[in-house]
Amino acid sequence: MALLEVENLQTHFRTPDGINRAVDGVNFHVNAGETVAIVGESGCGKSVTAMSILRLIPEPPGKIAGAIRFNGKNLLEASDKEMRAIRGNEISMIFQEPMTSLNPVLTVGRQIGETLRLHQGLSAQEAEDRAVEMLNLVGIPEAKRRVREYPHQLSGGMRQRVMIAIALACNPKLLIADEPTTALDVTIQAQILELMKDLKHRVGAAIVLITHDLGVVAEVAERVIVMYAGRKVEEAAVGPLFRNPRHPYTQGLLGSMPKLGSSLTGEETRLAEIPGLVPSLKKKIPGCVFASRCPKVTDLCTQYAPALEEKAPGHVAACHYALREEVVAA
Amino acid sequence: MFAYIVRRVLATIPVMAIVALFVFSLLYIAPGDPAAVIAGDQATPADVERIRASLGLDRPYLVRFGAWLWDILRGDLGTSIFTNLPVATMIRQRIEPTLSLMIVTLILAVSIAVPMGVVAAWRQGTWIDRAVMGFAVLGFSVPVFVVGYVLAYIFALELDWLPVQGYTPFSRGFFPWMENLILPAVALGSVYIALIARITRATMLEVLQQDYIRTAKAKGVGQRSILFVHALKNAAVPIVTVIGIGMALLIGGAVVTESVFAIPGLGRLTVDAILRRDYPVIQGVVLLFSFIYVLVNLAIDLAYTLFDPRIRY
Repeated sequence: MALLEVENLQTHFRTPDGINRAVDGVNFHVNAGETVAIVGESGCGKSVTAMSILRLIPEPPGKIAGAIRFNGKNLLEASDKEMRAIRGNEISMIFQEPMTSLNPVLTVGRQIGETLRLHQGLSAQEAEDRAVEMLNLVGIPEAKRRVREYPHQLSGGMRQRVMIAIALACNPKLLIADEPTTALDVTIQAQILELMKDLKHRVGAAIVLITHDLGVVAEVAERVIVMYAGRKVEEAAVGPLFRNPRHPYTQGLLGSMPKLGSSLTGEETRLAEIPGLVPSLKKKIPGCVFASRCPKVTDLCTQYAPALEEKAPGHVAACHYALREEVVAA
Repeated sequence: MFAYIVRRVLATIPVMAIVALFVFSLLYIAPGDPAAVIAGDQATPADVERIRASLGLDRPYLVRFGAWLWDILRGDLGTSIFTNLPVATMIRQRIEPTLSLMIVTLILAVSIAVPMGVVAAWRQGTWIDRAVMGFAVLGFSVPVFVVGYVLAYIFALELDWLPVQGYTPFSRGFFPWMENLILPAVALGSVYIALIARITRATMLEVLQQDYIRTAKAKGVGQRSILFVHALKNAAVPIVTVIGIGMALLIGGAVVTESVFAIPGLGRLTVDAILRRDYPVIQGVVLLFSFIYVLVNLAIDLAYTLFDPRIRY
């Protein structure tokens, strides 16, 4: 049994001009200790998927349907109390904005210690001692002093380290990281990723990594889920996905990555892009969700939605024209 | 921090001087001649003139202001024209009821209004929120004396739970003291409660949208702790500011409330002094109120550091 099984997840929001289907029928699973990346551009439902797992979507206007099974227990049927016992303890989360995700008026130690006191019943003193250990673990120097400081006294990278310390304090089984490096400098990004990889081995947590940065995906993920317009359009292990993307959207995403060693002066200096924008999720799209931007679009695509099919072992994609086995030698 | 406090206390001196000049001038300009009032209807112009000279009212304006200010600096607020008692003594006799009323009102208002605002923000758009906001509008629009009379009618006359009027000194025990203060405090506090509840709600609504509230939820923090620890502490600065500004409402309202509930406090003293043109008393009381107001706001500025570690002096 997988650690996390998401079945037909639908997260919809009521808005004044119709229902926004931010996530529309997504299935995936995460095994214990595994790192799964969810990629896609802004507005494709990655973050909403992540927030839905912990039920952090405000309801109303949001509404989550389907099933989210964690260790076999459907979280959508859990009581508020049961959810609180899971959040920060068995499943924890790191957010994109380290600058605003920490409470500015509480000390770092208090914010790390809070989960420990809440979930493990530690005393204030024990929680602070453990907070110092956690700060050491995430590589913050002078942890004893830092533990009494406030977030504004720390840099962005340090704050994200503190977020990681909070998330890992209770040794969760699953860590959801929503664009954990997006707001950071490139050098700090690498450090944070390294830290996450290192801690994952120590703690043994599974990670769901939400990102639009394919470089990050290649660095840490084992399996990749590509989302577009609230749906999963492709899923594969990281190697096959990068070598052999099946869905035109994935191909577009990979094509828009700058490549090391490519000429800056030659003919093709311009990065490839995917024209257009993610379609409005307020209208039902009859055919393929990517049809409006797909370079290979045909009448079939605009009329019939392609099903997710296994194109190769462990490699699924939702495209009428994706090849089943790679016949063309790449 | 200490240097800041010293600077702020010193800065109150010019403020108080300006207030003093203003208070003094206001009465100088105001119509009505205390000498004529004291002399009564039967007096001849010569009598009035003699009284005026004895009060020093015939001296030039600036000379009088200077003399008055000099006396104040030596701790002498002057002598009442009517009772011939030192103003300081009169204030000392009357200050307990007023301070009691203001402190009880303050505690009552804050302890009711803040939770009200927090709950309204948490339950935004529900009937609880609408009830709190409706109450706030009512609190703003109904004058203190109306609230006072209605409360006195219901709780004192009809239900006979509490005394109608009067004041019992604290030295006679906490409960008798409190019994007399509940109705005046609620009457005086209604505007104040409305003001604080509204600001609390508005600030909390903003704070509850912040990323760190989502972080707290993701950590499994309970709703009460999210509201009263994670959110309220962030909302504290505007709320505390309004509590300080609202002190002016309390001071103004105390005058009316004391009249409605026949409380022998500074408010009553002020009203009586104004009616009799008892200049030294009016000046003394107004100066005292200004001083309290300035001090309260200084205390509030300093309190910011307790709530927000980013504020440093």
